[in-house]
Amino acid sequence: MRKRTFPHLLLSALICLTAHQGGLFASEGNNDGLTMEEVFILNDSVALDEVVVTAEHTAREVAPVQQMQGKQLERLAVHSVADALRYYSGIQIKDYGGIGGLKTVNVRSMGSQHVGIFFDGVQLGNAQNGTIDLGRYSLDNMESIALYNGQKSSILQSAKDYASASAVYMRTRKPSFLSTRRNNWNIGLKAGSFDTYNPSLLWEHRIDSTTSSSISAEWLTTSGRYPFTLQKRDGYDTTMVRRNGDVDALRMEAALFGHSTRTDWRAKAYFYNSERGYPGAVVRESPGQLSHQDRQWDTNAFVQGSLRYDASSHYTLQTLAKYAYDYLHYLSDPRLDVSTMYIDNHFRQQEAYVSATHLFTLTPWISLSAATDLQYNTLDADLTDFVFPSRLTALASAATSVDWQRFRFLGSMLFTHVDESTRLQSAQRGTFNRLTPTLIASWKPFEQTEWNLRALYKKIFRMPTLNDLYYTFIGNVNLKPEYTTQYNLGTTYALKPTEGILRRLEIQTDVYYNTVKDKIIAMPTSNQFRWTMINLGYVEIKGIDVALQTDWMTEFVGHALRLTYTFQQAKDMTDPQSPWYGGQIPYIPWNSGSVVYSGDWNKWAWNVSFIYTGERYESVANITENHSQPWYTTDLSLSRTFGIRSFALRSTLEVNNLFNQQYEVVQCYPMPGINGRIKLNLII
Amino acid sequence: MTRSKHIYLILLLTLLATFSSCHQDEDIIPSVQEKVTSPEQTAQIKGFYVLNEGSMGSNKCTLDYFDYTTGIYSRNIFAERNPGVVQELGDVGNDISIYGNKLYAVVNCSHFVEVMDARTARHITQISIPNCRNIVFDGPYAYVSSYAGPVLIDPNARLGYVARIDTATLQVVDSCTVGYQPEQMAVMNGKLYVANSGGYRAPNYDSRVSVINLNTFQHEKDIDVAINLHRMVSDKKRGKIYVSSRGNYAETGSDIYVIDASSDNVVGSLSVPCSSMTLSGDSLYIVSSEWNNASASYKTTFAIYDVARGQLLPHSFITDGSETSIDKPYGLAVNPENGDILVTDAADYITPGTLRCYDKRGALRWKVMTGDIPSSIAFSPFSAK
Repeated sequence: MRKRTFPHLLLSALICLTAHQGGLFASEGNNDGLTMEEVFILNDSVALDEVVVTAEHTAREVAPVQQMQGKQLERLAVHSVADALRYYSGIQIKDYGGIGGLKTVNVRSMGSQHVGIFFDGVQLGNAQNGTIDLGRYSLDNMESIALYNGQKSSILQSAKDYASASAVYMRTRKPSFLSTRRNNWNIGLKAGSFDTYNPSLLWEHRIDSTTSSSISAEWLTTSGRYPFTLQKRDGYDTTMVRRNGDVDALRMEAALFGHSTRTDWRAKAYFYNSERGYPGAVVRESPGQLSHQDRQWDTNAFVQGSLRYDASSHYTLQTLAKYAYDYLHYLSDPRLDVSTMYIDNHFRQQEAYVSATHLFTLTPWISLSAATDLQYNTLDADLTDFVFPSRLTALASAATSVDWQRFRFLGSMLFTHVDESTRLQSAQRGTFNRLTPTLIASWKPFEQTEWNLRALYKKIFRMPTLNDLYYTFIGNVNLKPEYTTQYNLGTTYALKPTEGILRRLEIQTDVYYNTVKDKIIAMPTSNQFRWTMINLGYVEIKGIDVALQTDWMTEFVGHALRLTYTFQQAKDMTDPQSPWYGGQIPYIPWNSGSVVYSGDWNKWAWNVSFIYTGERYESVANITENHSQPWYTTDLSLSRTFGIRSFALRSTLEVNNLFNQQYEVVQCYPMPGINGRIKLNLII
Repeated sequence: MTRSKHIYLILLLTLLATFSSCHQDEDIIPSVQEKVTSPEQTAQIKGFYVLNEGSMGSNKCTLDYFDYTTGIYSRNIFAERNPGVVQELGDVGNDISIYGNKLYAVVNCSHFVEVMDARTARHITQISIPNCRNIVFDGPYAYVSSYAGPVLIDPNARLGYVARIDTATLQVVDSCTVGYQPEQMAVMNGKLYVANSGGYRAPNYDSRVSVINLNTFQHEKDIDVAINLHRMVSDKKRGKIYVSSRGNYAETGSDIYVIDASSDNVVGSLSVPCSSMTLSGDSLYIVSSEWNNASASYKTTFAIYDVARGQLLPHSFITDGSETSIDKPYGLAVNPENGDILVTDAADYITPGTLRCYDKRGALRWKVMTGDIPSSIAFSPFSAK
């Protein structure tokens, strides 16, 4: 069945003439910026300068942004986008462990459902539960990952780009060809601990001078059987093996890219199919009596396209379109695991989305934009008494950008209209309309110094998910949206000497105050097996994010050092009568940070990365029982490139969690200890 | 170049050494003692254990102990007293009881009954019973209800069973299939009455009480009562069984039904919702916390039913007005010796709950923080060691 679906989607993508959206560089607004072709050459093996683009880039950004590029990502020696995001400040990843474990991103403690995840410029949706598992997006073929607090500070963007409290932009590689080449190949094979095998293929082809194509595929399989240790001082000490954590996943992408003097377009088909086991929480059980056997099957497929048309120096049009289909099958079978309740549920989601953005550049320093988006979601499930909801979302935004001397201002208003319908009339909700603002400003005090001050204010909400509203028994149709308000003050400084040892220094610091109002939380009803969703919860978050990036050049050796630090105080201020009023919310450490050091010499490249997550609590009741120990992991990678005639062979050795730290990110979900991988890439 | 290279190397190694050296071992979580009231001279009952369920998947089932002779409440004593038991008490402690000199805790999502010394709360053994829920005793046996009966053709129609445990050998010696998702049980006239909920099959709840003949340990008959049966209490004096129905959490509310054990017929209902109930003398104490989706609020009830006169008393068993401070009444027990009424409050189910002790006239004597979701209480005749 999967084989039949893919060519069909591919065909749809080819027919659908859509296009290239303003990405990170295009989105700089209206001016120049380097193109990816100039800065990233696929076959180039060693050159730290490639990542330097980030420097100028972030210095010019108005909203807080952190970004890592292909080469940097590759060297981190991690598998997924979620793993890479751990090295950004202000972020917490919720990780259920192993390759197959769910990994979601929480930015500045506002909750993972407030983070918009964009894939090649179009948002990845999940109307059902509002979260995207970033563990499923591998770094293979990823060109850059950028994190924006507030929103991307461009005004040539769809209304959806304004519609979340923070946003992660994943961007896949756009083909680029050295001189007269017509084809690029990258054939990779990874093998590692826990029976992990991960072959991949990338083929980029130049069709003509204006059009190119790319096909990328990978297959991942792992048993997920990793050992972990449970230990108490002067108490028990036992080592067990995580079971039923196997994954078998196939990803295929096909894309077309085109440009002419006035247009830039891109079309893409994406297909992901997986089967995985659910290892479950590690709780006390009679040894050898039971085995978790729950399984989940997923299919995610979408086609999307974008087109940018520069009609004149005063007017630019950008259009986006997408259709997505998501299938989830969950099986818990008492015939396999005697202790379990029988669950055999199938969920099918569909999403259709179109967007048009108009950018008017009135004068070189003032521009206006207007965007309208339309999105339609449906959810089918074989749950008892399911109401089969569908949701129509219409978004309209108006934005202005003023670039005056050393002052830059961005203001936007977003109008959201949501209309839901259900098969059962009684479950019907009314329509919802809301207007929300964002203001961003930056100021560069001195012309000659890359020192900027910036400020951001944003108010936005997330709609209750379709599960929150309609999930049989649990859902509550009376839910209101959950609001966030953000205030941010920050500064950036960049230095880029052309001589000497230090080649780049870039530092950014932001302080912020956020609130989350009408937080949607699960509330028990009559016993702990029956919950419902309610709007109860008010959280106040104060934090500091620091990120520093430097590049050094000593004769033949290049060094790059990246440091991040985050302080967060995220207090639950819901009920002044509660004994836990003012407690730090679950899983938010007060202190966290990372260090990434990478270097290269000749044909060698290496990387050492370190993550620290400080103490935190697993519940808002900040007591010993809920205390969670700090953890820190160290990852290493070493690679060498061998040039053999016209092709290159790159071999990489990676060691993760070098000191075999036993830790949990989520209570009762142990993480893997030391593990390693070998990677071979043949680049033609 | 060599010098700078060395500096980097040293820096790097120092950095790594720093990071790797400061990993701490986790300590066993110590118990916490809190003096909640003045010591009391008691004849039979020296104290009681409180079992806290802990949220499902958190492995945070904990055991507390209150000592009447000292007035001290000790929170979370199991881990400290059993440092060698891997992962402490387990996940979701659903029921606790003392029989003979042993303390039995039914740990639902750990799928076993933990057997401890009733004096010390030290681990003796664990009896594996998948998806076990409640426990009762009769003669030499313990009876444990379990959701995990045999799977026939339809995995969605899986009956539960009752396991018979020999309390001398602490082994499961027999089992008897009952209805869907059995909950509490009661023994009367040589028969075991089992309340079946059918909770996994919502909205097609079970509505039967299964009756097992304890001589043959064979399923004898079913009594049709009401949907989603849950709690069960026996009034041996009058030969009545009280069984609660949780309703369907929507248009059908919760209620308590009365079965006459001589005829095994349903002879009436109390028109009182019930989360938990207990019989002391002629008084059936009832607490309830019912969620209403339409009003998005809970309705709590603290009622007494006079089983001798068959009447619901017009007032709550809490008389000092402090019932409004109870968020979600969950567990309930009455000390047969001094009439103390113990009410647990599960609060939001993810933070520690509260135990309140009322005197027999309904005035608050003391209250104390418990573990997460305090559910069941077992009075102990032993002085704790």
